[in-house]
Amino acid sequence: MVGIASYGAYIPRYRMNHNTIFSAVGFLGTFPPPGENAIASHDEDALSMAVAAGVDCLGSIERQTIGGLYLATTSQPYMVRQNSALVATALDLQPGIRTADFTGSTKSGTGALLAALDAARGATSGGVLVCASDCRLSKPGSPQEYLYGDGAAAILVGVDDLIATYEGSYSVSYDFPDRWRASGEKFEHAWEDRFIRDSGYGQFVAEAISGLLKRYNMSIDEVSKIVYPGLYAREHGTIAKRLGADPSQLQDTLLNTVGDTGAASPLMMLVAALEESRPGDRIMVAGFGNGSDALFFRVTDRIDGFAGRRAVRQHLSAKKELSSYEKYLAFRNLAPMDLGMRGEIGVRTPMSALFRDRKAVLALCGSRCRECGTPQYPYQRVCVNPDCGAIDRMEEYRFSDRHGVVFTYTGDHLAASVDPPSIYGLVDFDGGGRFWFDFADCDLDSVRVGMPVEMTFRRRYVDESSGVHGYSWKAMPLRA
Amino acid sequence: MAEGIRDKVAIIGMGCTKFGELWNKSAEDLMVDAFQECLEDAGVEKKDIDAAWFGVHFEEESVGKGATSMSLALKLPFIPVTRTENFCATATEAFRGACYGVASGAYDVALALGVEKLKDTGYGGLPGGPGLMGTKSALIMPKLTAPGAFAMMATRYFSVYGLSPEEGKRMLAKVSAKSHYNGARNPKAHLRREITEDQILNAPIIAWPLGLFDCCGVSDGSAAAIITRADMAKDFRPDPINVKALQVALSPGEELMYTKWDGAHVETGYRAGVMAYEEAGIRNPREEISMAEVHDCFSITEAVTMEDLQFSPRGKVKEDIEAGRFNLDGEQPVQPDGGLKCFGHPIGASGLRMLYEMYKQLQGKAELPERQIKDPRLGLTHNMGGFPAMNIVSVAIIGL
Repeated sequence: MVGIASYGAYIPRYRMNHNTIFSAVGFLGTFPPPGENAIASHDEDALSMAVAAGVDCLGSIERQTIGGLYLATTSQPYMVRQNSALVATALDLQPGIRTADFTGSTKSGTGALLAALDAARGATSGGVLVCASDCRLSKPGSPQEYLYGDGAAAILVGVDDLIATYEGSYSVSYDFPDRWRASGEKFEHAWEDRFIRDSGYGQFVAEAISGLLKRYNMSIDEVSKIVYPGLYAREHGTIAKRLGADPSQLQDTLLNTVGDTGAASPLMMLVAALEESRPGDRIMVAGFGNGSDALFFRVTDRIDGFAGRRAVRQHLSAKKELSSYEKYLAFRNLAPMDLGMRGEIGVRTPMSALFRDRKAVLALCGSRCRECGTPQYPYQRVCVNPDCGAIDRMEEYRFSDRHGVVFTYTGDHLAASVDPPSIYGLVDFDGGGRFWFDFADCDLDSVRVGMPVEMTFRRRYVDESSGVHGYSWKAMPLRA
Repeated sequence: MAEGIRDKVAIIGMGCTKFGELWNKSAEDLMVDAFQECLEDAGVEKKDIDAAWFGVHFEEESVGKGATSMSLALKLPFIPVTRTENFCATATEAFRGACYGVASGAYDVALALGVEKLKDTGYGGLPGGPGLMGTKSALIMPKLTAPGAFAMMATRYFSVYGLSPEEGKRMLAKVSAKSHYNGARNPKAHLRREITEDQILNAPIIAWPLGLFDCCGVSDGSAAAIITRADMAKDFRPDPINVKALQVALSPGEELMYTKWDGAHVETGYRAGVMAYEEAGIRNPREEISMAEVHDCFSITEAVTMEDLQFSPRGKVKEDIEAGRFNLDGEQPVQPDGGLKCFGHPIGASGLRMLYEMYKQLQGKAELPERQIKDPRLGLTHNMGGFPAMNIVSVAIIGL
């Protein structure tokens, strides 16, 4: 038996109301649907959000039990340099695992999930973590700008301790040219919405779901929840009607609260469905993009004791409005902004040093002295405790899942930032260890000495001249 | 037990350029200016110099690596010239090298010169960023600036000693107002305007809680000293100034990575002070040190330094500041030349600039009578380089 052992999600803090977009670029003639989109902050992208969802999903599960990481996205920062390997390193997974990027279509979310389930069935080791994440760049004023939201979901697929068992699937694939983006291009192109809706979305999802029902000789009434993205609100309901389903069987699409999160969309909705599910529920999930994959799960008794994930529900309620469209443009580097000459200083990333120090930089691992027990970041060979000083008596110690408190802080207006002031400070970790970090997702007025914090993986910089996207961990206020 | 440097070497000549935004002066021009004044003051010729030490911090932005820029600018005749760099203690390190060179008996007369040309970077504040601390730090440390790094110490000081931001900022405003008063009276200072406490408090925030006037000047300048053996010094001039102590302390990492440091003081500053007092035979620095030039890169740095150097008890500097203890006419004047705050801070020159002021005051030669401190016996200089959580502090004591 294979299935889902855990789930998690991530929705960035910022939300932008469609009216904010409309009042800025509405003159271009696109009419806004109601609602708001989740907006990744200036230091977030598909990879940082995938890590955040992965952290949520893994909870206290030992990282060395994970046997693979599949990343699904259509907005990966790297075309060459495996994005899933970077995410796996950030999550401090062991090197002896499978990693793979699933990309090229919003269908890649369900595709990665299917591949993970197939892998788990024949697995020799551990579960496979599927992270689906999208942070798609849309051209200012385009219909996609109202449609696309940023977010991520993570599903741990395995054979033991399942909260939902995998019952079967059915896939259809078409070279459907609804949206495309050639190599090297910044923005997607799209064909007419009515074509996408009538010839694609309205057809493929229903085709995959009815194919699955037929293959397993089931009827739609037996399904508790039907999960598929809601690209077109009215058509979303029409598909259900065509399948003979009742509207009450439909899972909320998150379209008005998060937006269409691309590859992550069906998995985020699946996570939301699991959050509300009860033992015995049957969940049908289908993706969309160049066809459709439909998968069928049955929720087990273990769902009752399953807790401790922020998942979709808690992320939905924690939000801050981004009321400046111009700031959004700055976050996405869509309009030249003057950061002063400090913003022009390029730091060339020493790749060999990055690889050597990958545990410190990407996984926030330091060391703990086996003699005196002092945790220290980054990894030290000579113990920093002045009363100890032992040499080479260290064991690895991960700080990324440790909480801490603000030891001190500042809001720096001189540092180059698209979101000044730059807030940073020193953090004292629970259990020992101190270091300085940039702070994320906070406002200067709310930061205090002694404020509890947690760590978050963020994009540190983009060096366009050398094509490097740099990442590291930041501190953020401890979420309730 | 090591003997230390006390009374082994003496300063027989010093020079210091005007500091400021010297758009028409290159680093080489500044070196020549400081060197010329220094030679004239010492009454020696270039050929009398046996060896030289050269301090510059940001080499890429000005003179390049190594020490050849100094040997070339001054046309030093094939003598040894060594470059030193240790953040803001760079010039004091050059001075230390020259003193040790002479004290060792290797040389009779040595030159120490520091220079920095900061105003060719194109922006306010200092150049650089995380890359300053090496490749690994560049990948993990916050993108901090100097004001931000020191602002974190102010945040911490306010928190540890229970000062509201208003009380804390008012205390710091008094520190800056005093230095502006002193700078306004010094012809060589960069910033020569008196500023009121309210102007300071109402200035734009640079890095919370520090505002514009909590930050020192970013300046061009150069300063130099000529050193000889103490027993030879009177052959050169009747009023040489002896070196009493030269100490440096560096962070071992425990402030940044261990959880004992309270963040409201600079541990290296305290340690360097203790070592220097021992070397100079000083038991009560609050009473015995006549005056000081300390590293007031930011107002908070000066405030905690008063405590680190034991001029004020821990947590009590506010009372001394309010009582005017460190004013030009106070019991223990600090920054009589305006300090980094107003004299300016060309990094590689600052330590020697501080010594220049102490040297002139000890000789009774502060240019204007209103600037002259009465009968000083011992002057202390203090540089702090890096960040409160990871730094170097140097302390020098000179006297009659």
